[in-house]
Amino acid sequence: MSEPILSIRGLTKTYKGGTRALDGVDLSINRGEIFALLGPNGAGKTTLIGAVCGLVRPTSGTMTAFGHDLSRDWRRARARIGLVPQELATDMFETVWRAVAYSQGLFGKPYDPARLGEILKSLSLWDKKDAQIRALSGGMKRRVLIAKALAHDPELLFLDEPTAGVDVELRKDMWQQIAALKERGVTIILTTHYIEEAEEMADRVGIIQGGRILMVDEKRAMMERLGTTEAVIDLAAPLAALPPEIAAFPVELADGGTRLIYRGGNGEGGGRADVAQLAQALTRAGVAFTSLDIHDSSLEDIFVGLLGGKEAA
Amino acid sequence: MMTFNWRSAFAIYRREMSRAFRTAFQSILSPVLTTSLYFVVFGTVIGARMEPIGGVPYGAFIIPGLLMLTLLGETTSNASFGIYMPRFTGTIYELLSAPVGVAETLTGFVGAAMTKGLILAAIILTTATFFVDYEIRYPVFAALYIMLVASSFALFGFILGIWADSFEKLGIIPLLILTPLTFLGGTFYSIRDLPAPWDDIALANPIAFLVSGLRYSFYGVADVPIAVSLGLTLGFLVACVAVIAIIFRTGWRLRE
Repeated sequence: MSEPILSIRGLTKTYKGGTRALDGVDLSINRGEIFALLGPNGAGKTTLIGAVCGLVRPTSGTMTAFGHDLSRDWRRARARIGLVPQELATDMFETVWRAVAYSQGLFGKPYDPARLGEILKSLSLWDKKDAQIRALSGGMKRRVLIAKALAHDPELLFLDEPTAGVDVELRKDMWQQIAALKERGVTIILTTHYIEEAEEMADRVGIIQGGRILMVDEKRAMMERLGTTEAVIDLAAPLAALPPEIAAFPVELADGGTRLIYRGGNGEGGGRADVAQLAQALTRAGVAFTSLDIHDSSLEDIFVGLLGGKEAA
Repeated sequence: MMTFNWRSAFAIYRREMSRAFRTAFQSILSPVLTTSLYFVVFGTVIGARMEPIGGVPYGAFIIPGLLMLTLLGETTSNASFGIYMPRFTGTIYELLSAPVGVAETLTGFVGAAMTKGLILAAIILTTATFFVDYEIRYPVFAALYIMLVASSFALFGFILGIWADSFEKLGIIPLLILTPLTFLGGTFYSIRDLPAPWDDIALANPIAFLVSGLRYSFYGVADVPIAVSLGLTLGFLVACVAVIAIIFRTGWRLRE
């Protein structure tokens, strides 16, 4: 396996006043992947991004990007990192073109109008290149921030809540843009509140809470490992006890014996085959049922379950 | 190895200059108009009734002081506003995440503030020729001294812009400290003409040394030795650079 593009070890950040935003974070990001960092408000997502990008001074720990130590050789590392912040922070009186050209120069790249044009066209901003940023819609401003972050062709791109506050159509458009960046070989780390977003795009998912990384895994593996299938079977007549034919299944009776609940399998549909066998076993046992409703757990269910379990612990 | 990223520095410089020209009335025309009014009132109208000071006609005598008044206020305000606005709007994230260190940042922000100060100085000196007759005795030295003062106070303004956490604080130092000190620092009179003990007390005002230094470069007359003025200005510049280096090293008000 190739060396990680970003490696974080024992990263802590304690703000003045004692708030511990990061508490011994260890994280490795692979080249070319989309990594989604999920966590509730105040979990430490933005602080973690800020520490890597130079906005926040870590209290302790080490960070290496592209093999460069971020505390010593930060110039080389930062030249290859891009950041799209959560807030719509732009110079509102500047034109789109000048704002993006400024970013290109700021990161040490020569002025390249052809490349700027490509970026603006790819983000559907070409028609707005001479418009002042203040005249753009919220979604367009968000695109300008992405264009600014791409102006120096970063290999590692941080997107802090990239689709916060944008409508559904634009959000899906953004997903396409992000997928296109991945196609070009850009490694992407995104934080999001929309778990659907992580489910749609991420190769790997990390869950952070209270400044600690609770879990990092491939999305598919996480869903297989922690996902479940739930089936609700409405019975034609109430049962007093489970028949021996279905005793081996992870089922229980509910609602006075009128409903059978199955919880098992995994989040990738393994439980559905199990439910089909359960239905056959019920038929063999002579148990009639009137309806069957199956639901596979989503990444959101896993996320909520993990955080809920952690909070309860 | 320490490297200097010229493109980054130039990007910051160009953007700051662009901001100045975008707000040309506030940045350039307004201070020129104000200074011109001083020339009309004090130089032409009142100055015609005043005795020469140190052999210099009163209208010409006040030129260095008025120039210093504008230079200090404008370079300080420009540099402080230049760094405060990105902090206020949140766009500072881009500067902090870029491969840009203290040298590029200062070259960009302070260089632009200094350039604006020099443009203003040139316009004011040109404007002054419409109202009073004057000749600069040591023009090269005067240009260098103006650059030194402009760069020192641009650095000071940069510190101010990082220190300030409100627009009110941003305006306090130029309005409530620099302007009064410049007025009392011999802009309109020679502090040596003040009655004792006010002549000595006036020397506690550091701006008096700056005004005196610039007046020396114009007319060869000064209230204090030129070496003291130069040393004080250089010392101030070095102190500002040291403070900024500490700010960048500790991340104070930039990287919390």
